[in-house]
Amino acid sequence: MSATAKTLTLHLGLLAVLFALQFVLPAYHHGNLARIMVLASYAVGYNILFGYTGLLSLGHALFFAAGMYGMGLTIQYAGFTPAPALIVGILAGAVVAAALALLALRTTGVAFLIVTLMFAQAGYLTILYFGEYTRGDEGFVIQAFDRMLWGIDLSNPENRYFAAWGLFAVCLLLCLRLVRAPFGKTLVAIRENEERVRMLGYNTFAHKWGAMVISGTISAAAGAFYGLLFGYAGATFASVQYSIFPLLWVLLGGAGTVLGPFVGTLFMFYLIDLSSGVTTAYLLIVGVALVLLTLFAPQGLTGELRRRVWRWLP
Amino acid sequence: MTLLSTRGLSKHFDGLKAVTGVDFDLEEGEVRALIGPNGAGKTTLVGMICGRIPPSSGTVQFDSADITALPAHKRILRGMAYTFQITSVFARLPAAENVALAARRRLQGDAVDEAVDDALNRVGLLDRRDEEAGNLSYGHQRLLEIAMGLVQRPRLLILDEPTQGLADSEIDAFKALIRELSAEATILLIEHNMSVVMETADRVTVLNFGEVLAEGTPQQIHENDAVQAAYLGTG
Ligand SMILES: Nc1ncnc2c1ncn2[C@@H]1O[C@H](COP(=O)(O)OP(=O)(O)OP(=O)(O)O)[C@@H](O)[C@H]1O
Ligand SMILES: [Mg+2]
Repeated sequence: MSATAKTLTLHLGLLAVLFALQFVLPAYHHGNLARIMVLASYAVGYNILFGYTGLLSLGHALFFAAGMYGMGLTIQYAGFTPAPALIVGILAGAVVAAALALLALRTTGVAFLIVTLMFAQAGYLTILYFGEYTRGDEGFVIQAFDRMLWGIDLSNPENRYFAAWGLFAVCLLLCLRLVRAPFGKTLVAIRENEERVRMLGYNTFAHKWGAMVISGTISAAAGAFYGLLFGYAGATFASVQYSIFPLLWVLLGGAGTVLGPFVGTLFMFYLIDLSSGVTTAYLLIVGVALVLLTLFAPQGLTGELRRRVWRWLP
Repeated sequence: MTLLSTRGLSKHFDGLKAVTGVDFDLEEGEVRALIGPNGAGKTTLVGMICGRIPPSSGTVQFDSADITALPAHKRILRGMAYTFQITSVFARLPAAENVALAARRRLQGDAVDEAVDDALNRVGLLDRRDEEAGNLSYGHQRLLEIAMGLVQRPRLLILDEPTQGLADSEIDAFKALIRELSAEATILLIEHNMSVVMETADRVTVLNFGEVLAEGTPQQIHENDAVQAAYLGTG
């Protein structure tokens, strides 16, 4: 089998398994997996900038929240139906990412991290400042009757799972397509040695800008779907915690691998879920697991798999 | 026709004058060697020509257009290619992908693979195409740099000490490659190896303390007393 055939089999296979699981999983895990797929979509977006382009952002909660609030506020106050509200959310994320990228990409390394962090904090404070509309930390509920997408009730768990799966499938295949295209390969080269890419005649700024817009847009799509599917928008999703989560998921799963974000999100979700069932000091268990992984699988789970077994993994 | 010319090109790093007032003209189709002692300013000069290093003053003309204000990538798009003195390949990517990145700027699809294999073949690395560049020997990484340069089909190919670290047999192959390439491109070659200079260059420019010390045919330069003095340190 060629590398392309193997790649397609593996990724489409995963999507098929996830699709089939909805018919067999017990309700609890069924609900978890729907949530994991939306969060993994967020991580897929993050990975495009961090894993493939090599830019460490601590501000992605800004994009996630732009999507969530762009969707939520238009439903709440402009009387939008879910489809146009989702589009507003995704566009909001794209615009914010495009603007922030113009500023942040003038810096590199730690400065880039700080600039993205600062802007995300400013976004978080803005949400709190307009508490009259956003309800601040407390957030607001998007009522079930507002969550009818083309006659489909998204507050119903089956439909919700299907929508989450659809979002994840689109994000995953988009990412796969991207990293196999010349644009994606140029991003990887920028991660490896930006100066050399520039001296091969590429406009590296434009490439990094494009990567950040794609990354921010996917993150916003995840935020918009998260709010819509689970019927809630709150300022916590704009806090620094939600910028750190995708970084952890991607690191654990394998930065710069297409499947890594999903693997990492799944792993971390159940690690917290299982350990909090055993002890109240579950964060300690999580911490130890993270340290062990960084020691023994520094490239993340999927990265390690690629290094040891499947060299062809994209 | 003059392909490249610089006027009064200078670069000062704080107090240090790395390059001062260089007027340099390069005819289309020639092979020019740029020589000079360590620290003479050779890398800095070509860095200003290809846009890596912004000049302190002076102008650069390429193909009858003033390109002094153009960013590096736009100069490359106009037909320059630059290979680094300090090997700067993509160590974690396969050799073929290194060359493909250079090729994809002008080609698409299957044509990329063809051009990549052709370029690797010319430098003798075709059998290493799938190896990670970082695992290649130092000499082979130098050759990979050259393949990345020539796959771009540049009008002006700038090579910064390409034979550094090559074995004698590889240097012979390199000389033959330069002669072959000189039919397709203008070549500016920074070189310490005198046999390479004598056998491949049409003309030689000598840089010393950031200034042009002499210019002429390899024979003239070989017999020039000031050049001998600069190299032997008796000047
Ligand atoms: N970025 C920099 N900052 C400060 N000084 C520099 C910088 N780059 C070069 N120099 C100095 O400028 C002078 C010229 O350096 P350059 O690298 O151009 O010389 P060179 O002729 O290429 O030497 P070599 O044969 O060793 O490669 C040297 O004294 C060097 O130390
Ligand atoms: Mg040098």
